[in-house]
Amino acid sequence: MDKRTTLAEAVASLRDGMTIGIGGWGSRRKPMALVREILRSPLRDLTLVSYGGPDVGLLCAAGKVRKVVYGFVSLDSIPLEPHFRSARQAGAIDTMELDEGMFQWGLQAAAYRLPFLPTRAGLGTDVLRINPELRTVRSPYADGEELVAMPALTLDAALVHMNRADAAGNGQYLGPDPYFDDLFCMAAKLRFMTCEKLVRTEDFLKEGSLHTLLIHRLMVDGVIETPNGAHFTECPPDYGRDEAFQREYADSARDAAAWQAFASRYLSLESERAYQEAVRKR
Amino acid sequence: MSQPSRAEVCAVAIADTFAGDGEIFVSPIGLLPQIGARLAKATSAPDLLMTDGVAPLVANVLPVSGDDRPAPVVEGWLPYRKVFELLWWGRRHVMMGATQIDRFGNQNIACIGDHARPKAMLLGMRGAPGNTISHPTSYWVPNHSTKTFVPKVDVVSGLGYDRAAALGPRAARFHDVRRVVSNLGVFDFATPDHRMRVASLHPGVSREEVVASTGFELAIPDAVPTTRAPTDAELRWLREVIDPENLRASEVRA
Repeated sequence: MDKRTTLAEAVASLRDGMTIGIGGWGSRRKPMALVREILRSPLRDLTLVSYGGPDVGLLCAAGKVRKVVYGFVSLDSIPLEPHFRSARQAGAIDTMELDEGMFQWGLQAAAYRLPFLPTRAGLGTDVLRINPELRTVRSPYADGEELVAMPALTLDAALVHMNRADAAGNGQYLGPDPYFDDLFCMAAKLRFMTCEKLVRTEDFLKEGSLHTLLIHRLMVDGVIETPNGAHFTECPPDYGRDEAFQREYADSARDAAAWQAFASRYLSLESERAYQEAVRKR
Repeated sequence: MSQPSRAEVCAVAIADTFAGDGEIFVSPIGLLPQIGARLAKATSAPDLLMTDGVAPLVANVLPVSGDDRPAPVVEGWLPYRKVFELLWWGRRHVMMGATQIDRFGNQNIACIGDHARPKAMLLGMRGAPGNTISHPTSYWVPNHSTKTFVPKVDVVSGLGYDRAAALGPRAARFHDVRRVVSNLGVFDFATPDHRMRVASLHPGVSREEVVASTGFELAIPDAVPTTRAPTDAELRWLREVIDPENLRASEVRA
């Protein structure tokens, strides 16, 4: 089956109010071309589920977000995501702030079609106070231990970015860490994968071992080739983080005028191609 | 060897935090913890497993600057999903930072103020809740003051002893906050009700200074030990291999 599609078609299938999981980690291998396409769309009231980086910051700054489910939101080399901080400090978004492992457990529960998975993480801390919807569960066995019942983080849609993919929807990461991109896809009803380069299926193993084939085609509904599509986050071995651009992005959180200038220079363009052109020319 | 700096005393105090750990995975978060853990691996705790900061587990001791000399000897692969497995397995000791910490070792890295609308959003919970209830945890605070050592943290991200006790002995059986190392001294919880105690003060730090810099009452023994000085061998590791660029001086002055 040929699952190739476009950024515009993929984002046109998303709806206001959806819960959208975004793969990658911090400022690493984020599906930024899809995030930018959402910025160009009229979508709003989104719930984001993310090991958060500039994906979360950009969508918050653009007013697309109702709620964020996260363990952290960071730009890695800039530890605190300034646009996310502004949104939090303005009280502009709802939150479900979790331990990083609880977050994984929520995706895992959704992927396994379980209502929850038990964990010790969160017991005794303010995770349970700030998320009053969280419940505990008692072991039915002799130990009787009380554990947090981490609810499934079921997603309407998942967005992930891989180094290589084929037209059928198989995806390959060539960097050091798969993060949780397979789990995001398994937890979601609708799944879109961008890639640096679309390759023939028979060419996958020329660039990486068998173990790099993380995403299987049954986890994916649409594939889009987006060269430099994780920019300005890192996507090794294809490229590192664009630190200069990331600083420019972070500086745009200074005030409304700085954000407007950044948005009109890079985000209010007609296409991903125009964005990449603007990045090259700067 | 010239006189050890305060940063070097701190690095050695951090290394001593990992000294008895044996063959476990250590996650030192931040510059001085990275330096201290590498020093421990080079000297007192050669069996520690550590990453280079990303997913590869590295068998040799590398400089913290990220310089690729000597070449890293990769002995394993630890992406985040496997970090979570190891931490729930319990074979891990983490050293985290703390924007706020209280007398029972409750730690805040999430935000300052009311969580619903914080005055200052910080890192978020990160891995603190899971770390602290699963395996040994220590803290590094480079700026010991009444703003960091507080009577009550705004948000509890890392679990302290009073709250662990309230959970009961079964739920909290893996809870183990070992030590807090600051730029002024080393602190532990070796008191009957696990209140923070002065374990040692760094050379040149007075009892009065640490009391004035702490926002709660510390347990202080009658005779307060002085944090031990680095050995010549440790200073060579620090100055020649682990941190030849003296990045440590940017985090702890004097």
